[in-house]
Amino acid sequence: MSQTATLDRAGTSNEAPAIVLDKVNKWYGTMHVLRDVTMTVGQKERVVVCGPSGSGKSTMIRCINRLETHQEGHIIVDGTELTDDLRALDTIRREVGMVFQSFNLFPHLTILENCTLAPIWVRKTPKAEAEEIAMEYLRKVKIPEQAKKYPGQLSGGQQQRVAIARALCMKPKIMLFDEPTSALDPEMIKEVLDTMIGLAETGMTMVCVTHEMGFARQVADRVVFMDRGEIVESGPPTKMFEDPQTDRLKLFLSQILRGH
Amino acid sequence: MSATTTTHIPAATRERPPSGLVGPVAWMRANLFGSWISSAVSLVLLYVILRAGWSLLDWGVIHAVWTVPQGANGADTTACRDAIGTGACWALVPEKYRFILFGFYPFAQQWRPAIVIVLFLAMFAISANRRFWRIELLYAWLVALVAIGVLMWGGILGMPYVAQDQWGGLPITLILATFGLAFAFPLAILVALGRRSTGMPAVKLICVVYVELIRGVPLISLLFMASVLFPLFLPEGIDIDKLLRAQVAIILFAAAYLAEVVRAGLQALPKGQGEAADALGLSYGKKTLLIVLPQALKLVIPPLVNTFIGFFKDTSLVLIIGIFDLLKSGLTAVADPNWQSFGTEVYILLAVIYFAFCFAMSKYSRGLERSLDRGHRR
Repeated sequence: MSQTATLDRAGTSNEAPAIVLDKVNKWYGTMHVLRDVTMTVGQKERVVVCGPSGSGKSTMIRCINRLETHQEGHIIVDGTELTDDLRALDTIRREVGMVFQSFNLFPHLTILENCTLAPIWVRKTPKAEAEEIAMEYLRKVKIPEQAKKYPGQLSGGQQQRVAIARALCMKPKIMLFDEPTSALDPEMIKEVLDTMIGLAETGMTMVCVTHEMGFARQVADRVVFMDRGEIVESGPPTKMFEDPQTDRLKLFLSQILRGH
Repeated sequence: MSATTTTHIPAATRERPPSGLVGPVAWMRANLFGSWISSAVSLVLLYVILRAGWSLLDWGVIHAVWTVPQGANGADTTACRDAIGTGACWALVPEKYRFILFGFYPFAQQWRPAIVIVLFLAMFAISANRRFWRIELLYAWLVALVAIGVLMWGGILGMPYVAQDQWGGLPITLILATFGLAFAFPLAILVALGRRSTGMPAVKLICVVYVELIRGVPLISLLFMASVLFPLFLPEGIDIDKLLRAQVAIILFAAAYLAEVVRAGLQALPKGQGEAADALGLSYGKKTLLIVLPQALKLVIPPLVNTFIGFFKDTSLVLIIGIFDLLKSGLTAVADPNWQSFGTEVYILLAVIYFAFCFAMSKYSRGLERSLDRGHRR
């Protein structure tokens, strides 16, 4: 585990790290899905998590906003530790946006309502102001003209961009992406990745589970490779892709490249 | 630049379908006389329908008796008796409709239950319109509930008091069905949510036991318990209205069934919906009210309405504990010696009334489904 590599960003800045995972363990029944996962994500750092399916990467990212609970170890997000305390959880979820593989837009609400729901009900933003913010983000993801439509009327790529806008409307400090392009047709992947690259350029702290190695190369400060529930290797993308240290990463990269 | 040139493919020209594919003749050829076996079935069914239709027309209209003269002991039904077997006796309707609709409610005061019926119909019409789905509608129903009580019981505003055991007919059916379902539905939602609760095993257990216990016994036995057994457990001198006891039994029974329907809707909802709401920081209550229930209930509109319609008709079971609902009033109307042989006509009349309400519910639910469907349609 490259402790030095994880500390380069968090360590050089004086701010507290955005996310700290410290020896996190999780079991589904007897299956050990997260093994001593330790990782620090610095403020404004962009981390791409990759690994074969079933390696625990989705579980790990879902633990960060407690969609899954961990059984051992500590997770500290934005200075607050995740425990059974619901108030702490609410605080963290307000500051952490999440984008899912299957978009999970609310099909019974319009695009605009999808984006204003949480600001109005959670942040208590006045409706007019929430709509203004929502339109601003819909413009940023380049679909303001769809605001009055329902999710079912949009293409997959458009839905995922709305999902990103919806998360951003809460003005989160951290954004989590759980395989955001895996459910998309190839021609729609680019529009979503472009949106994510744009977001990365704004200095958002991002943790992104993805197989898009081009995206990782372009925006990631660090790539974390997971396999069988543990972090095997991590480092800057160029080093990881061009000079992998472990056999498991070498195997994974060869499989990914063969697939492309 | 590549050297290949693209070939221009002309857009398909729009043409009307060939004339043989549209129109009633084409429809009949396609659907009724497509093969010799389908032609044979069509012809046999046509014959059966025409024969049955003709018999009904002959009995119900052509040979029907529409009026009878008034004799010394009430109506003189000789004409009707002569027509038994050949024609219907619709003279019964103008003679007995007030008894069927209002039961033993004092004759001179029957304008009061009549207003109650109109009030119900008006409230149904208002509630059906989604524009009025606001908190004010709930207040309107509470006002209507009080108004219904005042009109039925009286005792104030110069209206003589009418005891509950004199009430009868359609108002009873409407009261039991409307308030039965109005209270059962929210209870059902709570039970369904409780049954799916993961954090509170005790609540879950209570909900499971409630549903299984109530579902496991017939409504008739619950009504008996409510009317016979329950008063035995009450302290001396305290008496809860019999109608209210039946109402509570119906609410508890309907809620158990509806809870399972609602639970089906909750289960059908993709897990990601709740997770997305969680990730946005919505609390359990807001998630449930804003995200989960609107979608889950929409999914189960057909089985919900199915259950509603079933319970509307099941309210007629209260006749076995001596409450005069619409069905019992109708049956009592033909207990009159003059009209004893004309049960069929009364049953047809009652069937028409029940059908009107049930069909309205079914029709309305389909409209509601369509108008709520926009989100899922591309």
